[in-house]
Amino acid sequence: MNVQSKIVKTAAEEALSEHFLNALGSLPGSPAVVQGRDKMFDALMKNGLPTRRVEAWHYTDLRRLLGSVPAGAASEDASLQAGLVENAKVLSILNGQISEEIEGLPEGVSVSSFKDALADGAADLHFADTEFDDAIGQLNGAFVSDGYQIEIDADAEIETPIELQFVQSGGQAHSRTPVVFGENSSATLIERHLASDDAEVLVSSVSHVSVGKGAQARWIIVQAQNELATHLGQVNIELAEDAKLELYVVNAGGKLVRQEIVADVKGSNADLVLRGVNLLGGNSHTDVTLKLGHNVPNTTSNETFRNVVFDKAKGVFQGQIKVAQIAQKTDAQMACNTLLLSDDADFSAKPELEIFADDVICAHGATVADIDPAHLFYLMARGVSEKSARGLLVKGFVAEVVEDLEDEAIVEALEGIISDWLQKNG
Amino acid sequence: MLEIRDLHAKIADTDTEIIRGLNLKVEAGEVAAIMGPNGSGKSTLSYILAGREDYEVTSGDIIYNGESVLEMDPSERAASGVFLAFQYPVEIPGVATMEFLKTAMNEQRKARGEEELSIPDFIRKVKEAAGDLKIDMAMLKRPLNVGFSGGEKKRAEILQMKLLEPQLCVLDETDSGLDIDALKIVSDGVNALRDPNRAVVVITHYQRLLEHIVPDSVHVLYKGQVIKSGDKSLALELEENGYANVIEAAA
Repeated sequence: MNVQSKIVKTAAEEALSEHFLNALGSLPGSPAVVQGRDKMFDALMKNGLPTRRVEAWHYTDLRRLLGSVPAGAASEDASLQAGLVENAKVLSILNGQISEEIEGLPEGVSVSSFKDALADGAADLHFADTEFDDAIGQLNGAFVSDGYQIEIDADAEIETPIELQFVQSGGQAHSRTPVVFGENSSATLIERHLASDDAEVLVSSVSHVSVGKGAQARWIIVQAQNELATHLGQVNIELAEDAKLELYVVNAGGKLVRQEIVADVKGSNADLVLRGVNLLGGNSHTDVTLKLGHNVPNTTSNETFRNVVFDKAKGVFQGQIKVAQIAQKTDAQMACNTLLLSDDADFSAKPELEIFADDVICAHGATVADIDPAHLFYLMARGVSEKSARGLLVKGFVAEVVEDLEDEAIVEALEGIISDWLQKNG
Repeated sequence: MLEIRDLHAKIADTDTEIIRGLNLKVEAGEVAAIMGPNGSGKSTLSYILAGREDYEVTSGDIIYNGESVLEMDPSERAASGVFLAFQYPVEIPGVATMEFLKTAMNEQRKARGEEELSIPDFIRKVKEAAGDLKIDMAMLKRPLNVGFSGGEKKRAEILQMKLLEPQLCVLDETDSGLDIDALKIVSDGVNALRDPNRAVVVITHYQRLLEHIVPDSVHVLYKGQVIKSGDKSLALELEENGYANVIEAAA
């Protein structure tokens, strides 16, 4: 006899189950993928969506927070927006579907459809077992229907930023984006998530970023969806020898957001630079969770997050760095700084260092503060009104991390997003 | 232009009284020097004039252009023409110096009901003023005061003063941390702003600055009160004999 009482499904779990039954027949996939989807969905639903009792989800109780789930398909078409920067090559994913015609790609870049890969068996490896607490991987695996697969040729130096523009006008979208930066290549990819006003959306977006030997990659995630959006993002990173990845994450929207970054630094002299800006307001809940492994000797990483929290918003940063026993001479530096700008604002920072090597430099620091009154007084003593002075200081606090990026056009675009958001929400 | 009447002030949230019945009058066109030993309340006075919240005025009044400023916040005082050149200008990472200057100039103009400056006009004004103070434009591309040397910070303060064209300038130990050349540049900058419609209050420890910025009046501050006032010869006397005689005579 089974003594374990069956858990009662939440409304969101019910809706997902129903959606899964309805969608299964139409989702693309080889026999292995179809089986894989089943396995993923079972894993997700076995104990229900993760609650605070699951350590990785302790500060983001998905089961409680995911109140409802929109119906599968959007009711109207999503429309493409201008690129984040003028010279970007924009590849659209409108309501979860990639565009049929892909033209005008820079030389050295090839793009194919993940939908095709799902159907012809090439994507089977994406359906291997997941960690028990990988709810985003499981949800995405169960429902993934499309995405771009991108390859940057070895030695190619791509000047044109490539923007993956995800626009959602309603409903759900689950996409996967495998990207390979060939040896000694260099390129910038922008992963940008937008949603039409007033549309309730559920988006899961999983990418796999493999940075080859000696390659210089930039990956910029801009999540600027509406205040009804649920966004579950995951970027899985592998860094080969001498590879460098600069990863920027800007959250400037959404109701319930979790962005996971899973990085495996596995080639010596590899370098990961991670910068994040979280602009949080309203009743939103935003979680950035990092799982970073330094797994060979002589690698470096540097993570800086800046968060501003208004209203009743809640933010979470979990930063886990594991240094393997053989990973001597690792240099890992992590910082998470937060401005709490209302009495009801909330931010939880959880750094977690697990160091098995004995000759490493690892440091982490987290601060939570209000605006420095000495700074405010200085600006006001020059005639800047309190409101503007606060605005300048808040913007300065977050803009500082964006300015580390050595691409003026992108810095300007990101600063524009920050200013606009603060104008609206600050 | 400025009249401080029997001012008493303490550090907010404590009972520590710093200013204890201070009286001072400064007319338009006048340069008044305030000298005094450490801990006499000189910097506190400058902060209270600018409206810093860390201090609470318990009695007395500060009348500027015929009106009390006590109910005005720092930005309102600044927009009405009060300028404090800080002894220790704070470094503000992330805030671009040029953006700050533009915001400050335009917000003051807006508060006075004037048109905003066009970008070319703004840049021309900054270039002109920076040139006079031998400030490299590259310095102004950095975040506000960040990584500026002591001398650069003081010059940046005077640059702001030139650009904002205040009526009442309060200079808090502007000479501290300056070498002789920088002292000359900064003093020339201040002297260029001397005007029949403008008053300058120079707070300093040393006579040295007053050789460059020659005051019309000198006031000795001790334990939160002005205990002696005189002309520029008083500064020389203090330089020679120290504060002891003056303090004794007042006691």
